[in-house]
Amino acid sequence: MLKILKYSFFDLMRSSWSYVYFGFYLLLGIVLLFLNNDLSKAVITLMNVIIVLVPLIGTIFGVMYYYNSKEFTELLLAQPLKRSSIFLGQYLGVAISLSMSLILGLGLPFIAYGLLMSNAIWDFSLLLIVGIFLTFIFSALAFNIALSNENKIKGFGYAILLWLFLAIIYDGLFLMSLILFEDYPLDKVSLIGTMLNPIDLSRTLILLKLDISALLGYTGAVFKQFFGTSFGLIVSFLALTLWVGLPVLRIIYKSKKKDF
Amino acid sequence: MVEITDLYKKFGKNDVLNGINLSIKEGGIFAVLGPNGSGKTTIIKTILGMVIPDKGSIKVFDANIKNNSDYRHKIDYLPQIANFPSNLKVNELIKMIKDLRGKTDADQNLIETFKLEPFLNKKLGTLSGGTKQKVNIVLTFMFNSPIIILDEPTTGLDPISLIRLKELIQKEKAKGKTILITSHIMSFVEEVADNIVFILEGKIYFKGSIEELKAKTEQQDFEHAIANILTENHA
Repeated sequence: MLKILKYSFFDLMRSSWSYVYFGFYLLLGIVLLFLNNDLSKAVITLMNVIIVLVPLIGTIFGVMYYYNSKEFTELLLAQPLKRSSIFLGQYLGVAISLSMSLILGLGLPFIAYGLLMSNAIWDFSLLLIVGIFLTFIFSALAFNIALSNENKIKGFGYAILLWLFLAIIYDGLFLMSLILFEDYPLDKVSLIGTMLNPIDLSRTLILLKLDISALLGYTGAVFKQFFGTSFGLIVSFLALTLWVGLPVLRIIYKSKKKDF
Repeated sequence: MVEITDLYKKFGKNDVLNGINLSIKEGGIFAVLGPNGSGKTTIIKTILGMVIPDKGSIKVFDANIKNNSDYRHKIDYLPQIANFPSNLKVNELIKMIKDLRGKTDADQNLIETFKLEPFLNKKLGTLSGGTKQKVNIVLTFMFNSPIIILDEPTTGLDPISLIRLKELIQKEKAKGKTILITSHIMSFVEEVADNIVFILEGKIYFKGSIEELKAKTEQQDFEHAIANILTENHA
């Protein structure tokens, strides 16, 4: 698997898209720091961008890479390699190279600005960890979609729909259901609802860490009680890990049954 | 050597293989023939584990290939359509396959035989169909495996390369290897094959030598013997 990972990783590192992605984050980091002139505020703005953008890039990139490397995959399938190592190697190649672009692109400007000597370092690290989780989650989901759809256009369509659903539509439905059932106690429901969507979960995690939960009112207090504790933190990270693990398991399962 | 028992495969509503039983003994050249869409490539891909059969079993060297990948060390495969990652250079691809399968020195010889030196530093996406097929041949023959599977090996080759390929196949046969070929070029099959297997609608219609086929169909020449099977079954 490590050999496939190596080839996929270097293949992606040579492609211009990795540099575009890296350059975008570099620019974003520099501009935010320049405009905000304050590390903590820049981290908050950054969160809003990362939460939406990282999943989108992960999804698109994952689907694109799978379809583009179809020839490479077919070549590998006739070699004495396990199917699971071929697909996991490719998946990890995509996820790791995207994470690298994210870490380096954002890390460099923040470190240059003096991140290491400020209090914002923990918030910033959490932001990066969440970003990496989201990259792994959404590229795994993208691989799942691509494995199940021979048709490229369909695959891209489903991938975009998935992102749209989790990033935007889910929140809308969630909010509407909260309004609809406002006469009932909804603390637990909203906690679970947040857990079920990796984007919402990531957002909540960072918001509460940034200590601006007071803005969230009563729900914020409930959330703070849960996510603010180490128990809540562990459960949240467990949920994120599950969001990576389940799609990866399906990649292994699906790839074993597929005809090429 | 290769034992196929009761093999069934469906693609959607399309029955491609309908209970194939085939045993390939060690040594010699076997040609798998049949009209378009008869399931030739599907059989080859099931032997390689690229297509998972619905029913039936395949044994290679007495080991069931299900959920196994190590047996592919014993098989060299030349795919029908040479699909390579287009942003790789020829020598990078050769290096990569060597890295994945193990060391070999035979590639230098093969590159010389097929005059591929000028293309080594070119990207695969820029090569012509015939040149890609030559690269494909180098990748296939550079490992010394006991089984060689060639799916339409003559596609796009110029006459000189075709002669070289035939020489290469004979050389490998002399080493006692088992070679499985599919082709639509009947003169090529007649020249190289020891035994043929004729597949029709996912079933084995005939298995034996070319002489036996000619006797069975009462035809003088191989091409007409094949045509005879097809017209009799489709008329």
